[in-house]
Amino acid sequence: MTPSPTPAAAAPPDAAALARARWRVAAALTAAMVCVYFGFIALVAWRRDWLGAPLGPGLSVGIVLGALVIVAAWVLTWVYVRWTRRHYDPALAALRAHRQRGRAA
Amino acid sequence: MSPLPLLQGAAAPAFGTPDGVAIGFFIGFILLTLGITGWAARRTRTTEHFYAAGRSVTATQNGIALAGDYMSAASFLGIAGLVATSGFDGLIYSTGWLVGWPVVLFLIAEPLRNLGRYTFADVVASSLEPVPVRLAAAGGTLATITFYLIAQMVGAGSLIRLLFGIPYETAVVIVGAAMMAYVLFGGMLATTWVQIVKAVLLLGGAAALALLVLARFDFDPRVLFAAAAEAQGAAVLAPGKLVSNPLDAISLGMALMFGTAGLPHILMRFYTVPDAAAARSSVFIATGLIGLFYLMTFVLGFGAMVLVGPDAIRAIDAGGNMAAPMLAELLGGRPFLGFIAAVAFATILAVVAGLALSGAAAISHDLWASVVRRGAPRPGEELRVARLATVALALVAIALGITFKGQNVAFMVGLAFAIAASANFPALVLSVFWRRTTTAGAAASMVVGTVATLALIYLSPAVQVDLLKREAAIFPLKNPALVTIPLAFAVGVLVSLLRPEPAAAARHAALEPRLLLGDEGSAGA
Repeated sequence: MTPSPTPAAAAPPDAAALARARWRVAAALTAAMVCVYFGFIALVAWRRDWLGAPLGPGLSVGIVLGALVIVAAWVLTWVYVRWTRRHYDPALAALRAHRQRGRAA
Repeated sequence: MSPLPLLQGAAAPAFGTPDGVAIGFFIGFILLTLGITGWAARRTRTTEHFYAAGRSVTATQNGIALAGDYMSAASFLGIAGLVATSGFDGLIYSTGWLVGWPVVLFLIAEPLRNLGRYTFADVVASSLEPVPVRLAAAGGTLATITFYLIAQMVGAGSLIRLLFGIPYETAVVIVGAAMMAYVLFGGMLATTWVQIVKAVLLLGGAAALALLVLARFDFDPRVLFAAAAEAQGAAVLAPGKLVSNPLDAISLGMALMFGTAGLPHILMRFYTVPDAAAARSSVFIATGLIGLFYLMTFVLGFGAMVLVGPDAIRAIDAGGNMAAPMLAELLGGRPFLGFIAAVAFATILAVVAGLALSGAAAISHDLWASVVRRGAPRPGEELRVARLATVALALVAIALGITFKGQNVAFMVGLAFAIAASANFPALVLSVFWRRTTTAGAAASMVVGTVATLALIYLSPAVQVDLLKREAAIFPLKNPALVTIPLAFAVGVLVSLLRPEPAAAARHAALEPRLLLGDEGSAGA
């Protein structure tokens, strides 16, 4: 990497690491959502009898799992937002501060 | 394929009679939204206002507007009807329509806001050669929007005829004219507030209806489901005939999940907020609201099954789309039916306005400013082209709506999602997350994604058997996403690896701070 002409254009060394960390979290959570939803669809496609099994009056396994897919979407988005608040946003703020110092210098 | 199967079913004359209350709510909504448009028009002077509401929309407002942009009449009336007539099978759609949103949050929202300005093509083009990328992206965008618009316009015409007794052509012209007025004069700001009003009305109307249903069943969904099982047999709580082919179910699921993350009118909304953190919060809010809405469709559908009955619903509309309105009339009388009918109408208007705006942006920003003018349009020219494009899109939408009158356009919603999932989503993900993506790779991925989806839909049972009445289809799946999404990714990767583009890789590396920090991360900013 050649040195950049102005300090402002140079990314501090941790920017790439932060981008990789965000990608890992995003990919893992996306994979989790894919597994939950396509797991449900696979059961609908190949395990119908099992989904039709009753779980007490008015409830079948399928109805409960269908509602849980929606709950899983909520939980996964909440996990992501919590990660950004605890780890990602503070790291971004540090990066931002670093760049501003670099510009002032 | 879509929960809007047959809006064209014959209507019983009693249900489609003009009703004072319904017309009153309908006129009230039109006056309110035109008032909003007038207010927004005074604040819409630049391209940034027109496309992105001056980036002044808050995260909460954008979250509600995203829900309003996304929840179509197909999902409100169609899913409720599907659950009412076939029970559990409707839930496959309820869940499928939601699970794309976490993907939007994890992979798309923040990079999009940080790297782009108005359209998703901005992001794909950020480190690549603009002209081929913009051409391919505009093709994918316009194809997605055209099929989505046809489905909405035909649905609107049939629905409004059933609900208000207005002739089909008049209804299509009213929808097209209102859509044009919002976008032409009020741009993104008016569109945003129309979507917010609609989302509040739709969520409020659905919640009121769900509470009225639950009040009959001790406020316990289990009592409602048990009553449904008793009335129609325990099979309504188990998977039924809808999913006859497992691969079809998986393919449809892929189109719904990844199509959501590639819908141009949804992606465009992320530019209306001040920064990436607000974009992220807005998806979190939208996911909560949309999930809540689809949970309520469980209650509405089973409520209509028990209280109205599947046969009575099919007698009014073969596709079951009148389940929720009939339930409203049963539980709240004509005034509540009028309110729900007006909500359904508002729902369509908010969606088509979002579609028209993103189509206009593809024409004016991607095609005119970036391709024809090579990124240097004359002052004020881009906004004029955007407004001309809006008028043209409204006329095209009205013409298509009237052309496809009486046709079964249900497959077109699935087609729009399949194109979005195959043409837009892979190129977007590759260009953001894979440094070695080349101009040729991204453009080829988008072109192949669009063309392969169109070709396979044409060869699929949805067109060959349902529409053209042939014996069998060459391609077995109703939705091609299972083939076309992996194909678009493979083409993007292979073409990129075959001829590396060092300049693009270097630009991608230089954009890394911008990917994290947005405008602040621009070199020299």
